[in-house]
Amino acid sequence: MTSHVAALNAAGAQRADGHAQLRFRSQAVAKPYFIAAIGLFFLQIVFGLIMGLQYVIGDFMFPEIPFNVARMVHTNLLIVWLLFGFMGAGYYLIPEESERELYSPKLAIFTFWIFLVAGVLTVVGYLAVPYATLAQMTGNDLLPTMGREFLEQPTITKIGIVAVALSFLFNLSMTILAGRKTSISLVMMLGLWGLAVFFLFSFYNPDNLVMDKYFWWWVVHLWVEGVWELIMGAMLAFVLVKVTGVDREVIEKWLYLIIAMTLITGIIGTGHHYFWIGAPAYWQVLGSAFSALEPIPFFMMTLFAFNMVNKRRREHPNKAAVLWALGCGVMAFLGAGVWGFMHTLAPINYLTHGTQITASHGHMAFYGAYAMVVLTMISYAMPLIRGREANSNASQVVEMWSFWLMTIAMVFITLFLTAAGVLQVWLQRMGDSPMSFMATQDQVAFFYWLREAAGVVFLIGVILYVASFFINKQDN
Amino acid sequence: MFFFLLFLALSYDTVQAIPKQSPKAVMTEQVALGKRVWEVNNCIGCHTLLGEGAYFAPELGNVYQRRGPEFIKAWIQAQPTNAPGRRQMPQFHLSQEELDAVVAFLKYSSEINTNNWPPNIEG
Ligand code: HEM
Ligand code: HEM
Ligand SMILES: [Fe+2]
Repeated sequence: MTSHVAALNAAGAQRADGHAQLRFRSQAVAKPYFIAAIGLFFLQIVFGLIMGLQYVIGDFMFPEIPFNVARMVHTNLLIVWLLFGFMGAGYYLIPEESERELYSPKLAIFTFWIFLVAGVLTVVGYLAVPYATLAQMTGNDLLPTMGREFLEQPTITKIGIVAVALSFLFNLSMTILAGRKTSISLVMMLGLWGLAVFFLFSFYNPDNLVMDKYFWWWVVHLWVEGVWELIMGAMLAFVLVKVTGVDREVIEKWLYLIIAMTLITGIIGTGHHYFWIGAPAYWQVLGSAFSALEPIPFFMMTLFAFNMVNKRRREHPNKAAVLWALGCGVMAFLGAGVWGFMHTLAPINYLTHGTQITASHGHMAFYGAYAMVVLTMISYAMPLIRGREANSNASQVVEMWSFWLMTIAMVFITLFLTAAGVLQVWLQRMGDSPMSFMATQDQVAFFYWLREAAGVVFLIGVILYVASFFINKQDN
Repeated sequence: MFFFLLFLALSYDTVQAIPKQSPKAVMTEQVALGKRVWEVNNCIGCHTLLGEGAYFAPELGNVYQRRGPEFIKAWIQAQPTNAPGRRQMPQFHLSQEELDAVVAFLKYSSEINTNNWPPNIEG
């Protein structure tokens, strides 16, 4: 296999028998990252189901796993597996875009183990000891950063995350600096650097609750509605270049438009979290106006994915990857765009703030945008890392089943939580004799049961997804 | 870039305005301790505070008005209820000082000017 043959083929060197090899051997460091991502994804869902049951059988697994513990595990695993996915994507995509080997594959593998061990230890800590004990053991007093939603990790874990991120960014930046610079790789790097920079605000935890909340959103909102969108756009663009064969210039133009709209709407759109936390009232106007435009970049991603696939110049044998890319375009728009818009205007948010409506949106948005974009990338890259352009038909069929099961289950989870949320608002926040929180929860238990049932279907989807990796029979 | 700078300017203005917005919410050492107790017991893992957090248990930004200081302390000490099938809150083994501090923190939280949120006392 000569290297110029490889260079000619957009998807890696390919032999007539369906075997293919990576353009750059160091791209294979992405493999452990992707495997870890999938493993943690599975665990995330298990803990989701535990919580789903606790919603209706309140004392389920109490006191072994109180709800707050299950929730930390669920949400932190989500963030960590997405980070594994982004890192794997970075290690895979940046060498290929830069047309050179990764600066240091050894460092990438070393970083992988650090991150995995730190992540696992943290989760074990959540489960093994009371949270207050964990805080004490890890010296939270020295620099208190724990006990805030999504940022529950002990301070030393946070420092570890920063170290891992720096090593990763250093490795990729050195690769790019010495190689070809493309729009896709630059947008990807901007997103990843932004991710690391905004995470630094997790170390800022003032006593003043309003200040705390104000800057907490600089991590959370500026991640999911800012820099992560850049990462998502770059990953989607990369896969679309590969599987459709459409001209890079066309794809890059889309990418630029998308990220411009993201930044124009998303940054000041942070204001939709500043309505009721003790910030000045002008945020109600600014936050509503700008965040109401945030669906635009997500809608553009939908159009982007469908347009590129319609204009495709080749039939890529990896049908599953194309399906994930299209699905991601649609579900991100539904979850972030439509479900986000639904409660983003201040007068509506006044009623829905902090209810099951929020949870419904959080689920579909995280799944549709970030879970799916990582799964898209894995679907495209894993076969190549394993030495073939696409998986066997049998394997792809199972993977596509898992796509539909997970995606449809998530649509139903979202719908049931939305129903629960609307009822909750109606019973607890409207009318002259509002019900208490706990009484309201009892009233909507029916929808929590349905959500749990949909959750089981989601889990079956995840299991099929994992199974698809073990079906390798070549069918040529 | 322009929008980022505008955001920074607005944030600067907000940081200046936050103390003026809530003149009644006074920071003391006890409140700061209470916030730490709130954090290291991960209360946000079940409850919302000013509408942010988890949606498993009641909003606590206004619990000081809804229940009062004595009820809050007695409640925390009485957990878990162990009522079969009911959602359970863990026992945190707080000292008297920590209990008072949490209550001070919740009182402080309830005095933040939230532009009239939540819509009613049930949160
Ligand atoms: C992929 C992108 C997005 C993700 C992953 C996402 C995720 C989330 C999550 C997890 C929360 C809950 C935060 C908490 O626990 O307090 C949230 C809240 C919120 N999101 Fe998004 N979101 C996205 C995009 C959007 C967009 C585009 C909009 C508006 C059009 C939006 C509007 C909102 C609003 C208004 C809230 C606050 C809800 C409340 O007041 O309780 N989101 N989002
Ligand atoms: C079997 C499927 C799942 C079940 C039963 C489930 C259940 C839950 C429950 C009960 C909560 C806590 C809500 C509360 O605070 O009261 C939660 C939170 C959350 N879950 Fe899941 N989950 C599932 C799958 C997922 C998936 C696939 C994702 C993302 C890809 C996800 C992302 C989240 C997020 C972001 C939150 C925090 C939401 C917020 O703060 O608004 N979950 N989940
Ligand atoms: Fe947001």
